[in-house]
Amino acid sequence: MKILVTDQSGVEHELEGLDGWRTMEVIRDWGLNIKAECGGACSCATCHVYVEDGWFEKLPDPSDDEEDLLYSTLDKKPNSRLSCQILLSEELDGMRVTLAPSAAKDSEAA
Amino acid sequence: MSNEIVTDVVIIGAGPVGLFAVFELGLLDVKCHLIDILDRPGGQCAELYPEKPIYDIPGFPMVTGQGLTDNLMQQIAPFGPEFHFSRMVTKLEKLEDGTFRLETDADEVFLCKVVVVAAGGGSFQPKRPPVEGIEQYENKSVFYAVRKMDDFRDQDVVIVGGGDSALDWTLNLQPIVRSLTLVHRRDAFKAAPASVNKMKELVMEGKINFLMGQIGKLDGKDGQIDHVHIAMDSGDTPLPATRLLPFFGLTMKLGPVADWGLELNDNLITVDTAKFESSVPGIFAIGDINHYPGKLKLILSGFHEAALMAQAAKAVVSPGERVVFQYTTSSTKLQKKLGVV
Repeated sequence: MKILVTDQSGVEHELEGLDGWRTMEVIRDWGLNIKAECGGACSCATCHVYVEDGWFEKLPDPSDDEEDLLYSTLDKKPNSRLSCQILLSEELDGMRVTLAPSAAKDSEAA
Repeated sequence: MSNEIVTDVVIIGAGPVGLFAVFELGLLDVKCHLIDILDRPGGQCAELYPEKPIYDIPGFPMVTGQGLTDNLMQQIAPFGPEFHFSRMVTKLEKLEDGTFRLETDADEVFLCKVVVVAAGGGSFQPKRPPVEGIEQYENKSVFYAVRKMDDFRDQDVVIVGGGDSALDWTLNLQPIVRSLTLVHRRDAFKAAPASVNKMKELVMEGKINFLMGQIGKLDGKDGQIDHVHIAMDSGDTPLPATRLLPFFGLTMKLGPVADWGLELNDNLITVDTAKFESSVPGIFAIGDINHYPGKLKLILSGFHEAALMAQAAKAVVSPGERVVFQYTTSSTKLQKKLGVV
């Protein structure tokens, strides 16, 4: 299973994903610039990604907690999600996401 | 005049690893003071996932972040650690005699023989809400914490957020303000139910206002706000306000650690794996903040690091003294220190 992740500098990376992993974990494991400071507890918003059209609609709706956190970021867009809340499955094979500026390790925005 | 505290060891960070370091140092009769930017012990365990189950602490099939913190506090109680909460270490310098001098933003000075940095991901700082130009009002009319209640007396206060901080300060400030409006983007709160009920009562009694919406722009000049714009379903609503308290949670920043002259690797303190000592002798780093080949950011790794660090720190605190390695299961001496015999 693959996911395609565009980093903050615009470079696209094809990452090997695993069924049941969180998208955040895959991005972090491959060493891209993601802060993910709470480690997947849905309590920080530093794994913020934009999910490409077509894939965004496939995702289950965000929880109220996730929405609250997304609203706390400076760079929220209509297709924003926290990547720790996107569990990978065969259905998401080939999903394209872009890392938000506020997910960067040195981001002031987060 | 600064308050001066003299001790063997200062531990920067009161998360699980900093707390367990008190235990390991305590067994060796080394006395500790701990400094943390949060207002309570536990670090990330307390701030980010108090209710979350942790499954990889040896001997605990499951424990929550708060549960682990509570257990550690109980475990280290016999050693009488002294805590200094809600302050940040701003300065750390090595003196000519090899001891250390630390300063905090609460105007304290610590003098010690050993410094243990157990600062995890850095210091928790309030998140700046997504409002353009908010910086110019910060610490003048926009605050991320209440340091002095008097700053809010007879003011028109707007509090934003749906968590315990927002609710607690709504209840605490209400009696002294001129007006108070609580703003949250939905009508559900992540706070103690008793606080939520009390807040709702105050709204019913007309003592405070509640608006469902998000903060937009701020109006004002010279650092003083006069209106906070709230984006509501009904449109943009300008609200007269002289104080704004946004509670958008906390985020971790490395902070002053970067300025202490320690060798860093990608914002982590480089240490050896025998003593967990940094590039500056006498300054140790344990837990998530350190880096060495094979490092895993696990609480259990931090516990191991604390045990080895303690042996090396003891040698610095009491040079020349022979350290006899003992087990708590069999040593009456250790059991006496723990207060169990």
